[in-house]
Amino acid sequence: MQLLSELIFWCFVVLTVGSAIVVVFHSRVIYSVFALLFTLFGVAALYVYLAADFLAASQLLIYVGGILTLIIFGVFLTSKVMSLNIAEQSHQRWLAVIPIVLVGAGLLMLILTTPWEIKISAVRPTTQELGQLLLTDYLVSFEAASILLLSALIGAMRLARFFRTED
Amino acid sequence: MFGLVTYILVAPLVTFGIVILLGKRLPRGGDWLTLFSIWTGLFASLYLFFRYMLGSYDPDYLVSYSFNWLKWGNYDLTIGYAIDNMGIMMLVVVTLISALVHLYSVGYMHGDPKYSRFFAFLSLFSFSMLGLVLVDNLLMIYCFWELVGLSSYLLIGFWHEKDSAANAGKKAFITNRIGDAGMLIGILLTFTTLGTLNLHEIAAGVTAGKLSGGLLTAAGVLLFCGAIGKSAQFPLHVWLPDAMEGPTPVSALIHAATMVAAGVYLVARLFVILTLDASLVIAYIGGFTALFAATIAVAQNDVKRVLAYSTLSQLGYMVMALGAGAYMAGFFHLVTHAMFKACLFLGSGSIIHAMHHALHHIHSDADAQDMRNMGGLRKLMPLTFWTFLIATISLSGVPLTSGFLSKDAILGGSLAFAMMHPKHWILPVLGFSAAILTAFYMFRLIYLTFFGTFRPGEKAEAEVHESPWTMTLPLVVLASLSISIFFVAPGVNPFNAGNGWFATLFPNPPRAYELVLPHNEEAIEPIKEIEIVEHVEHTEPVAEVIGESATETSVEHSEEIHHENEPLAIVHNGTLTEEKLAEEEHKEEATHTTAHAAGATAHAVEHDAHHDVHHKAHNIAMIISIILAFSGILIATAGYYWKKKALDPAVWQKRLGIIYKGMFNKWWSDEIYRATAINGTIGLAKVLGWFDLYIIDGIVNGAAWLGRVYAMIEGWFDNHIIDGLVNLTAWIVGIFGRIVRLFQAGQLQRYVWYTLVFIGLFILMKVV
Amino acid sequence: MYNLTIYLMVSAVLFLLGLFAVMTRKNAISVLMGIELILNASALNFVTFSHFSSGNLNGQVAALFVIIIAAAEAAVALAIFLNIFRIKATSQVDKADLLQG
Repeated sequence: MQLLSELIFWCFVVLTVGSAIVVVFHSRVIYSVFALLFTLFGVAALYVYLAADFLAASQLLIYVGGILTLIIFGVFLTSKVMSLNIAEQSHQRWLAVIPIVLVGAGLLMLILTTPWEIKISAVRPTTQELGQLLLTDYLVSFEAASILLLSALIGAMRLARFFRTED
Repeated sequence: MFGLVTYILVAPLVTFGIVILLGKRLPRGGDWLTLFSIWTGLFASLYLFFRYMLGSYDPDYLVSYSFNWLKWGNYDLTIGYAIDNMGIMMLVVVTLISALVHLYSVGYMHGDPKYSRFFAFLSLFSFSMLGLVLVDNLLMIYCFWELVGLSSYLLIGFWHEKDSAANAGKKAFITNRIGDAGMLIGILLTFTTLGTLNLHEIAAGVTAGKLSGGLLTAAGVLLFCGAIGKSAQFPLHVWLPDAMEGPTPVSALIHAATMVAAGVYLVARLFVILTLDASLVIAYIGGFTALFAATIAVAQNDVKRVLAYSTLSQLGYMVMALGAGAYMAGFFHLVTHAMFKACLFLGSGSIIHAMHHALHHIHSDADAQDMRNMGGLRKLMPLTFWTFLIATISLSGVPLTSGFLSKDAILGGSLAFAMMHPKHWILPVLGFSAAILTAFYMFRLIYLTFFGTFRPGEKAEAEVHESPWTMTLPLVVLASLSISIFFVAPGVNPFNAGNGWFATLFPNPPRAYELVLPHNEEAIEPIKEIEIVEHVEHTEPVAEVIGESATETSVEHSEEIHHENEPLAIVHNGTLTEEKLAEEEHKEEATHTTAHAAGATAHAVEHDAHHDVHHKAHNIAMIISIILAFSGILIATAGYYWKKKALDPAVWQKRLGIIYKGMFNKWWSDEIYRATAINGTIGLAKVLGWFDLYIIDGIVNGAAWLGRVYAMIEGWFDNHIIDGLVNLTAWIVGIFGRIVRLFQAGQLQRYVWYTLVFIGLFILMKVV
Repeated sequence: MYNLTIYLMVSAVLFLLGLFAVMTRKNAISVLMGIELILNASALNFVTFSHFSSGNLNGQVAALFVIIIAAAEAAVALAIFLNIFRIKATSQVDKADLLQG
């Protein structure tokens, strides 16, 4: 059981990283979008392993169901998807390696050298607890986030509509 | 007391300020303000005079008050009052003359367009002069010295629309500068050697021997330079006659009574520190001036010029007296002269006022000041005549007048000096010669002005009136003060002021050199072998006197000597002065012999002997001066009143030839100055101008040319090297700009790249 | 083996990949996906630390906010992309260089 669980865990890790690599390196946007779906799904699975049941559910609902759909719409609306433009290339790829290596090395050393203090608590359902936190300690942030969401929605609509009429 | 003194000093300054600023808006031009301030000052001074000076009756009376004014390094400059007998006396003289002149000016300046300004200036002068006599240190004296010079300048040039008046003012100011420069050097010399400017500390320092020898002589002579300028002594006398261009009250106040006496006052103040050499310089300058000015006065026709030269002559007397060691006599003459000379000037002002009016009425442009245009004013202006006459006889030295007392004291002092120092026999000769001339020219003035017929004619004669009371009252006051009775009190002998309050309050102070080295001078001076021509028996009474007790006063003995000498003096009538001097020398020698023989009491005896010599000289001088005064008057009367053929002025003018011309032309002193000093200065200026134009300017132009060449080189350098460098810099900056521009790609991703590179570096730095 | 390090490594890799995408991709949508990767990486970190440190749920709340912000960001970003596409007729970010110096 332990072994199986571990095996599945590693499978999800590989899925997440691998699909992320596809997202980044695939020359076709639409492929990247679908690869992102798997990445997000993998992350949601990792959340489960981290005992964040509600968050995993939210990840699937919001990201996969909402944001990813939105991105796909964006792809359809902007790039001529139907023409399957393969000229959609990356640029400054070798240049970009420098900061990646620098930051990566820094992060790796941070992760490996920091003496982490680990305290693992028992796995429990988190939904009720999160709900209480959001409506008590994080009430202001929660309300601010909801206002942000609302204004972002209205703003996005306004931005999209404005130029359309002007055209 | 200090409050009173401060009031006396400051009141004229305050009224000066008010009147100069608001004069035109005040009723009557504000003259009542200045009159009030100076008259209250006079009463305050008189109160001080009677309460403190005569009240304490102490020759050493001194009250001083001073406070720190400035700190120079480690020296505190203090200023303050030093009120002693001399100060109070000067206070009375200055306020009295000033008050009377103020009153007089109300009449004299009536109707002048600058009426109020005149009174303001008079107040300024009063303030300066009072400050001069009250302060206790040389620096403040110098300050007020310059202030009186300034007010004198302003008042001489009061009618500055006349060129002659403006020039006279400038001449007075510049001439005084020359003397003042010497005085300033003297002050600095005193300060650097003694470290103090306080008069009493200076006297104490010199007495203690801190400053002596040649340096002290130099200090005395340099300080005397100031007096030469201010008191118009010989080399710098030229400004005073020209100063008569000012209004006559100014001449009376400043140029006869007070300011010109400031020089004498200064010498009197410094009397203690004068060395024998300095004294000799002073005495000779004074004596020469006395005679020199008297000769010029004889030949002048302008009434004010005669008086001006007479003033010069009298100032010479005072200076000579101080130089000869007759301190009391010099200062006494200052006071008496202030009274009668102010009276004479005011009287002449009264005459000129009347003449001006009369000549104006007949539309004559004749000179209102020329005596040749006057005559017969005795009946027309009786009050002026009588006061003028009293002042004149006082000036001439006729007995029963104050002038007689003081002049006699001076002549006696100089004669005594000559007796003690036979080499200097010329001093009394100068004095006596001036005395006869004084009597002569003053009576010449009287006869030409007041006797005979009124020369401009009857029509003008009807217009000559006596002056208003504001002008005659000062004349009466001053004339009555010229009577000897005021000065001999409490003594009763009108011929001798020696027992009067003045002589008691102003005894001759010992000079520092006498204190330090009492016998030095006698010891060094080689005693000449002088033949005793005759009257050897006269030595006997002197020897007798010396033989007597040293402490006994020798007044009675001097009376004896007086009687002994009287016939002698009359017989020789001044012509045998030298012989008499020789006798006195001999006696002096005898005295010394006796004194030294006396051993322990030598000094006392000698002091007594000095006293005795003074008495003897005094009596001789008195007789000679009486005779000289009367002979001078007699000659004048014969020549100008009786019109004796033998003494006809016109004949004598021709007979004297070049001498008369010299006297008439002031011995060409202005011309000589013009030829030497002024042309010399101008010539020097021209040479310097040429030098400036060709050498200095040449150097400057050369420098400019070099500068231009250099500038051209530098310009090229600037254009090519400096600008090149600048351009290079700009070019390099441009290059860098172009490089840096690459970073500003405007692409978000490029910016992200930069950001991340540095974030990565920071993380690495943090971790490693 | 539910090691903290593994989660952090995965998170770091996702983050670096996201960065790489942001820097290199020309298509605006791809850049947006890179950003989503970065956001996911950070959210994963939050949840990881939340789990490995005494089970307190503050980290999960933060992750929740990350998701919310990602949604808002995606909506606004897509609206902007639409406009850029309309102006420049492209969705390539390197063409949007109006600010080039």
